[in-house]
Amino acid sequence: MIEQFPVLIVVTPLILSFVVNVAGLWNRRLCFYIVVVALASCVVFSLGILKTVLTQGEPIRYSLGNWQPPWGIEYVIDHLNALILVSVAVVALLVAVYAKRSLEQEIHESKIPQVYTLFLLQVTGLLGITATGDLFNLYVLLEIASFSAYAVIAMGERGADFAAFRYVIFGTIGACAYLLGTGYLYILTGSLNMIDVAHLLPQSFYSKALLVGLAFFMVGVGIKMGIFPLHVWLPDAYTLAPSAVSALLAPLFTKVGAYVIIRIMFTVFDPAFSIDLYPVTDIVGWLAAIGILFACIMALAQSDLKRMLCYLIVAEMGYILIGLASANRLGLTGAILHIVNDMFMMACLFTVAGAIFYQTGTRDIYQFRYLHRTMPITLAVFVVGALSVIGVPPLCGFFSKWYLLLGAIEAKQWALVVVLLISSLIYAVLFFRVIERAYLEPREDHSHASQKGHPAPTLDKVPLSMLAPMVFIAAGIILLGIFSGKIIAHIIEFAIPAAL
Amino acid sequence: MIRHQEDIIIQTICRMLIPFMQVYGLYVLAHGHGSPGGGFQGGCIFAASFILMPIAYDLDKAKRRFAERRTILFCSLGVFIYAGIGLLCLLLGGNFLDYGKLSAILPVDPVMARYYGIAVIETGVQITVMAVMVSIFINLITSGRHEEEMRNTHD
Amino acid sequence: MIDTLFTHYNYWVFAVLLMIGLYSMMAKNNLMKKLIGMNIFQWAIILYFISIGAKRGAQIPIVVGAHGQGENLAIHAAEYINPLPHVLMLTAIVVGVATTGISLALLIAIYKRYNTIEEDKIIEALKK
Repeated sequence: MIEQFPVLIVVTPLILSFVVNVAGLWNRRLCFYIVVVALASCVVFSLGILKTVLTQGEPIRYSLGNWQPPWGIEYVIDHLNALILVSVAVVALLVAVYAKRSLEQEIHESKIPQVYTLFLLQVTGLLGITATGDLFNLYVLLEIASFSAYAVIAMGERGADFAAFRYVIFGTIGACAYLLGTGYLYILTGSLNMIDVAHLLPQSFYSKALLVGLAFFMVGVGIKMGIFPLHVWLPDAYTLAPSAVSALLAPLFTKVGAYVIIRIMFTVFDPAFSIDLYPVTDIVGWLAAIGILFACIMALAQSDLKRMLCYLIVAEMGYILIGLASANRLGLTGAILHIVNDMFMMACLFTVAGAIFYQTGTRDIYQFRYLHRTMPITLAVFVVGALSVIGVPPLCGFFSKWYLLLGAIEAKQWALVVVLLISSLIYAVLFFRVIERAYLEPREDHSHASQKGHPAPTLDKVPLSMLAPMVFIAAGIILLGIFSGKIIAHIIEFAIPAAL
Repeated sequence: MIRHQEDIIIQTICRMLIPFMQVYGLYVLAHGHGSPGGGFQGGCIFAASFILMPIAYDLDKAKRRFAERRTILFCSLGVFIYAGIGLLCLLLGGNFLDYGKLSAILPVDPVMARYYGIAVIETGVQITVMAVMVSIFINLITSGRHEEEMRNTHD
Repeated sequence: MIDTLFTHYNYWVFAVLLMIGLYSMMAKNNLMKKLIGMNIFQWAIILYFISIGAKRGAQIPIVVGAHGQGENLAIHAAEYINPLPHVLMLTAIVVGVATTGISLALLIAIYKRYNTIEEDKIIEALKK
């Protein structure tokens, strides 16, 4: 049974999403429980896959339909894949539990089964992108994930349908560019299987067609990831989407795109090509540095909490690219660890923004005064997330930043080191802006507090089904920080290609 | 909103064409094994026959045949056939879409079992594609009010 | 140069169509024109893939009269055009149809809400 887990983890949410669609015709309350069952089984499958990969030591290779590669499609799961599968499944499950009350408030009740269908299809696409080992299969699953994202973003607030339309145009350019990259690789090697292409590619390393193929890949996946010049769709789309949907998309979709870039640059294209032959890592490094500075400055200018967090996503993507640009073991360790950490950190922050919107109806930072009296637990979770993003030990964000810094120093890329340090400072300013406004009160109000009718300290009015996942995600951030050493030693060490 | 207009030529021709279009859709599906064709192409042609109805006749007649409930059911039915065959192969001991293992329940050898497995899967694809195409069409011309308008016309 | 234009004309057609689609997506104001540009973009890529599978003087990849002969049949693959790009592009056509469907549904929703599908007027309406 356990050999079938690689395909079950993709097929289970696919079938159950249509079961949700049909069940919604009869009983709308059933949909949520089917979603939770699907994602819980995905978590179980992903843990089983991780255990198998760790005990086996080498990648699982599962051929669909028993057709041998390179003629058939196969799912290849090695240490990198397995780690990301576990994080995606866990974050998706926690956000799904959180999503119930949040979606009921924001979306009309007749559309709830459709939202859950799209939720599960989105998770199918993301898990499939992570698990597959075939280039064209990745395109199909990327499009499945993207379509669900387009449709479910359009259900948001005023302006969401226009933001979704712009996202459709941008996202289609990205996916088509990825398809063109696959096409160029197919013309040069005659195969679509990632491992087979990696074997056949060194014969054509000096051809211009390969360079164009790599460029198309980078642009295509860059649009999906949200790298600096190609991130324009991100702030509008993720801000105006429903809260639970942003909490699902923002942590997961962009990070899975980062995984795809690592796969393409280091597994399909040999590290010798990406690093030594052409200055790919240099270009990526410069884009990352400019992107981080740009995103930090734009984030400082926002008054909407969710929009600020969207620019933060762009900056975190820049961090991962700094890890890639360092092109040594330390940098890549930091990049992979940052992918996992950032999923949890962004999930934490976006769920907090959704909870604040649920209780107070606003996301404007300037209205957060006295929030610590009415929402203490939510703000505690926010502080954990904020400290992790800034990089305070022993939370997980510190360890990934530490490895990124070490990698950049070892590669003698001083510009990247400076950008990393400056951006940490700007993060501190960003988050303390919010924390100060929420926690501290002006001096004059202290004496008149009880007379002026300021809110008395109460516990959050946010329901438990929203609070519990947030607390679990915060606990996950702390646990990831404490166990970073073990994760690096047992999993990430084997995930990095040996040539580095 | 497509209004009801009496035009005897268009209605007669459509009445003669629609059954032929549907048979042609099934023909394209069945001949997908040995000639160009298959599930998606047959499904589009089949859906075209349903889309011809509101253009020739009235929208309500088409919607009575394809209420939103039925569309969702057909759409999911196709996916269940596809994934169901895959899971059946899983239960019979093979990998996900390994139709060769279907020879345990069908009275043929593994090579012909792959032949029949693909035929069933293409049928599932056709059902889903047909349902989705018709659903897209009806949702676009009623601006998303597929269900409500039906309730209004029944009053 | 001129003989490259005549022998590799499929690449030139693909490049011209791709750029027309990209220009239309970027520079046009009307959302419907952007959608049509996106369609042209996708179909250019589909055309490109199919054109790379063609061979001079080859047959279509259907083996006539081979039903039931199985292993005894010898097939010279060089005589048939490559069927794999056709199969991949079937999937890409389906993806294109789905994208068009989603975009049209979004356009109708936008038109119902803002009563216009010109991009600058929608941005102005959103700013208020």
